[in-house]
Amino acid sequence: MSIILDKIFAHTSKFIAVSILLLVAWIFTVLLQHSMESITALGFDFVTETKWAPNLEKFGALPAIYGSVVSTFLAMILAVPLAIGVAIYLSELAPAKLKTPVGVSIELLAAIPSVVYGMWGLFYFVPIVRDLVGGIGISMLTAGIVLSIMILPFMAAVTRDAMDTTPDILKESAYALGGTRWDVIKDIIIPYAKAGIIGSLILALGRAIGETMAVTFVMGNVHQISMDLTLPATSIPVTLANEFTEASSGLYYSSLFQLSLLLLVISFTIISIAKFYFLRRKRVGL
Amino acid sequence: MATIINIKEESVLDVKDFQFTYAGNDAPSVNKTTMPIAKNSITALIGPSGCGKTTLLRCFNRMHDLYPDNRYDGEILFKGRNILQAKEDLINLRIQIGMIFQKPTAFPMSIFDNIAYGMRLQGMKNKTELQDRVEKALKDAAIWKEVKDRLKADANGLSGGQQQRLCIARAIAVEPEVLLFDEPTSALDPISTAGIEELVVELKDRVSIIIVTHNMQQAARVSDYTGFMYLGDLIELGKTEDMFVTPKEKLTEEYITGKFG
Ligand SMILES: Nc1ncnc2c1ncn2[C@@H]1O[C@H](COP(=O)(O)OP(=O)(O)OP(=O)(O)O)[C@@H](O)[C@H]1O
Ligand SMILES: [Mg+2]
Repeated sequence: MSIILDKIFAHTSKFIAVSILLLVAWIFTVLLQHSMESITALGFDFVTETKWAPNLEKFGALPAIYGSVVSTFLAMILAVPLAIGVAIYLSELAPAKLKTPVGVSIELLAAIPSVVYGMWGLFYFVPIVRDLVGGIGISMLTAGIVLSIMILPFMAAVTRDAMDTTPDILKESAYALGGTRWDVIKDIIIPYAKAGIIGSLILALGRAIGETMAVTFVMGNVHQISMDLTLPATSIPVTLANEFTEASSGLYYSSLFQLSLLLLVISFTIISIAKFYFLRRKRVGL
Repeated sequence: MATIINIKEESVLDVKDFQFTYAGNDAPSVNKTTMPIAKNSITALIGPSGCGKTTLLRCFNRMHDLYPDNRYDGEILFKGRNILQAKEDLINLRIQIGMIFQKPTAFPMSIFDNIAYGMRLQGMKNKTELQDRVEKALKDAAIWKEVKDRLKADANGLSGGQQQRLCIARAIAVEPEVLLFDEPTSALDPISTAGIEELVVELKDRVSIIIVTHNMQQAARVSDYTGFMYLGDLIELGKTEDMFVTPKEKLTEEYITGKFG
């Protein structure tokens, strides 16, 4: 009897596992199908053209790509040092009494739906940025800041987890040679956990680049490429969120699908690098 | 009452009415203990699992201070000074009293950097001096021949026995006066174990050694003095040859004849 149950269970789980693969393939195919019109009509120009003017049937994705890259880059620059600092504090410096409550709060922050960060950004950060650096406050800079705040808890939590994998006995060995807490952090923990830390940072980057709701409100969806970070801009997900409902022509519709295909490929690549290159556990022993 | 012999050598460490209690425990894990540790000799600590060998060993370099709220009572004198005082400089203490752990603990860096690590912590920058001392430490730890052509390679690529000798080289590179070994061969094969034992014996001309071991043969082979611990008490400390032939305490006799443990 139990052998039969085992078999049923094994087959069901295998079916579900394979379905997941098929689902990914299916999504990819659907996106590709819907993008075909735009791919054949626009070709490579799609990613190099800087003008996005649906009424003139001009669909250049470069401003959205630029916006995605720059806002993510800003978010990473702001979030990485803070996240690493928080992770070091939580894993090595915080007194035992604080470790758990602070750690749990950070995990809770990481679970806040991104639309909440978006609204918070719109009502609190937009005015602050407007007052501090001018402009209308809806800008690339605001998007970068809100994104960084959104990914910070996730980044800090996973970085802390990576640091926590350092075996106690390894740290003790460095203390036993006369190392200070700081010596042990920089010479032992960070090098030991390096791959895990970088992997975590890249996973966070993957989240930032595909993030929609946190930035839709604060970025402005203006298709322009500018070095001035106080001007409104757009990103791939922001364009998608704003324009799908108004896509009037077939080509417009198809080019939006091509944008999402592009985003899928970028995210997929980033996550693969993180997972297969950095987060694969190869250390043995200890 | 325990039987603690007088040692003929000068003592490097003197444990006096010492007691250690882990944070959150009511009962101490090392009970009121008094014992001398002979200079330039090897003192083995034996006893059944959980009797407090590791706990006592980690008091000598104040390793327990890495975790909050552990308590030391009494005194441990190191060259006449009580190292349990609050003002004791732990960095300096740990440079003078080194430690080798149960498992090899190669740092995630090259072989050379592993050995140079302790010296660099002390601010040594001179390249030729570092190179000389790394080479000397590796030779003293009998691993120079095996690694001299790959000093830049990751230390984690060495075998377990090699890594443990690397750890010994790393510890002696800073020229400590005392070395603490906590079951240094428990993760090693018999051949590597023999190599480490030989090395430990060679080192005693320069350092005083305390070695915790589960293995009575090992204690008999390498040590000059043996301390037998049971349930947190030091039951007997004597010259190794006497301890294994004519133990004074009944418990010691029962343990070394394999009646328990
Ligand atoms: N971190 C700790 N916190 C509380 N109690 C501890 C801690 N570490 C060890 N103990 C307790 O202290 C006692 C002595 O443990 P210790 O590790 O010193 O034994 P040991 O003689 O080294 O044993 P083994 O031969 O198994 O290594 C045991 O009862 C153990 O449960
Ligand atoms: Mg032990």
